[in-house]
Amino acid sequence: MNSRLRVLFCAMATTVIAASPAAAQDAVKIAYIDPLSGGGASIGEVGLKTFQYLAEWTNAHGGIAGRKLEVVSYDNKLNAQETLVQLQKAIDSDIRFVTQGNGSAFAAAIEDFVTKYNERNPGKEVLYFNYAAVDPVLTNDKCSYWHFRWDANSDIKMTALTNYMKTRADIKKVYLINQDYSFGQSVRTEARKMLGAKRPDVEIVGDEVHPLLKVTDFSPYIAKIKASGADSVITGNWGQDFALLLKAAADAGLRVDWYTYYAGGTGGPTAIKQANLPDRVFQIGEGVSNEPYAPAQEFEKAFRARTGVTLFYPRAVNEIRMFVKAANEANSIEPTKIAAKLEGMKFTVYDGGEGVMRSDDHQFLQPMYIANLGPIGKDQPFEEENTGWGWKTMGKIDTKDAVVSTSCKMNRPS
Amino acid sequence: MLELVTISTLNGVLYGMLLFLMASGLTLIFSMMGVLNFAHASFYMLGAFFGFQISQILGFWPALVAAPVLVGGIGALVERYGLRHVHRHGPVAELLFTFGLAFVIQEIVQMIWGKGPADYRVPAALDFSAFTVFSTNYPAYKMFELLTAVAIFAVLFTVLTRTRVGLIIQASLTHSHMVAMLGHNVPRVFMLVFGVGTGLAAVAGVIAGPALVTQSNMAGALGPILFVVVVVGGLGSLAGAFLASLLIGLVQTFAVSVNVSVADVLGSIGVAAPAGGVLFDVWDVTVAQIAPIIPYLLLVLILIFRPTGLMGTREH
Repeated sequence: MNSRLRVLFCAMATTVIAASPAAAQDAVKIAYIDPLSGGGASIGEVGLKTFQYLAEWTNAHGGIAGRKLEVVSYDNKLNAQETLVQLQKAIDSDIRFVTQGNGSAFAAAIEDFVTKYNERNPGKEVLYFNYAAVDPVLTNDKCSYWHFRWDANSDIKMTALTNYMKTRADIKKVYLINQDYSFGQSVRTEARKMLGAKRPDVEIVGDEVHPLLKVTDFSPYIAKIKASGADSVITGNWGQDFALLLKAAADAGLRVDWYTYYAGGTGGPTAIKQANLPDRVFQIGEGVSNEPYAPAQEFEKAFRARTGVTLFYPRAVNEIRMFVKAANEANSIEPTKIAAKLEGMKFTVYDGGEGVMRSDDHQFLQPMYIANLGPIGKDQPFEEENTGWGWKTMGKIDTKDAVVSTSCKMNRPS
Repeated sequence: MLELVTISTLNGVLYGMLLFLMASGLTLIFSMMGVLNFAHASFYMLGAFFGFQISQILGFWPALVAAPVLVGGIGALVERYGLRHVHRHGPVAELLFTFGLAFVIQEIVQMIWGKGPADYRVPAALDFSAFTVFSTNYPAYKMFELLTAVAIFAVLFTVLTRTRVGLIIQASLTHSHMVAMLGHNVPRVFMLVFGVGTGLAAVAGVIAGPALVTQSNMAGALGPILFVVVVVGGLGSLAGAFLASLLIGLVQTFAVSVNVSVADVLGSIGVAAPAGGVLFDVWDVTVAQIAPIIPYLLLVLILIFRPTGLMGTREH
């Protein structure tokens, strides 16, 4: 009798512990895997600050499915092997959501790993949220049900960019200069193809690639651009390859328009100001800090006050907000249920307007903006990197005009 | 054609002089102490950040003097309390010591100035274009770089080969015991040489900082090319380094302006492009595309065919 009572008591105690609110309130963890040391650290750090702020913001606005959201950072040192080691570490500590963005090669490694892992471990699925790796292949031939991309892929960006350039009758001669790796190559081929289709009258007077992050002196390249008589340059360059290119252009007195993907990255605005190229450097992106949309401006203001940096990833805001919405709607933090909700989800994006997570390939389709950098006016509250210059919207490309088809044949879990 | 040649020559000389500016300290330390200083680019970075910080307060010109003195002082301390002890264990230990030092300096710079680029500008006094050739501007600041590099070369060369100080420094490397017997403090000579070498790296940092990007990864980006300059010039030869800098600057600049690929050359003599395979990828690569890699190719060739470098006197 005595021993039976004890068993009963133990059983009751276990039930009480399991049902206690403390256990139910475990935070939802999302692993942030990006470079936090070495050459890519300056970029990875900005991303981390963004996601940490977004977690704070989420927790101040009701949390996620009644829980807190927590960001756990992992340093992949811009190395594919290390990326997978860190991913395994995250999974081993029971993290079921992963976000990464810097480098499509590492994104492909994660996508592949997650797909295989989920196949072998039903019931323990992991979701991969991609906020910046733009290689189109990730949502085409290599697409995966477990991968969701919030950044517009480079083909979509080029579509939007060329849709804007189409309207600029003053563009006559275009020069392409890009970094010699998969992303730079895709920029140059798409630029050729799309400009050829939309503006057959435009002449492509140069098509240059240079080694990634190895060039110290860009003046010979600038001499070639000058000799070609180009009036506009398209470049996917980022980091020091962008800054040094622009400085060399300014030194030589080259006056052309620059159509870029990443002029707004860390150090970019500083270089543009130093090069003294007001209103001549354009960037294609999914948001503009000075876009007159009150909710976004309030967010940007609070973000800058807290982190001390510019919000470079409006797409990360969309990512986390949609993640929260999916979890709340499913009333669950089960990755499979969240994935089902995310698929096809329509959402009012950060800068206003409607976006949709396309079911076919899990590529988020959203309005795109062309902006250029110059001295700020009184209706432009935000400057960049203390330069006194800020982004001004030059054109908005609606979601329906920023779509490219996909070759993805999605393998859905049964 | 004339335009292209003129502009490429000018660009090549300017870039070559920038390389010499950065490599002069490395050459000095190597030729006079026999230490291959892996942390050289880190002292260059320290110079850039010190220059940035001091120029914020006192302006560019005081920074150009103060930053190298400070960094040279740090270099001398590193020699006195670090390198001198490691020296007893041979050149490999020295190499590893400077290798580790590079990481330490990088971390310290990241802690103080962060990982993003600093807004380090060209001083207003030099922010105008000096002259224009074929409608291409040449900024005064680049001329300033060039003149500084030439001045450093002239002064170092004169001091080392024409003065008593140079004589003692040179003798300290090869006949250190004899020099010590004659009453000179050999360890102090080494400390001074290391201090001056790192100070020169800092001069390059202060000057190149505004022209390039002042960021915590600038040392890593620059390190390899400096070793190419020193090896091609001949390990330990100042004149060799000067010549190698010019050569690399010109070769790289001219290569960028050449758009010829294998396909063009063989195509003109009637060889058709292969349909697939590895060759297919190589076929369309232009000289311009591989230009920044050419210095490293030069490094490999020099080591095979002329291990002493262009003007070196010692085997390494």
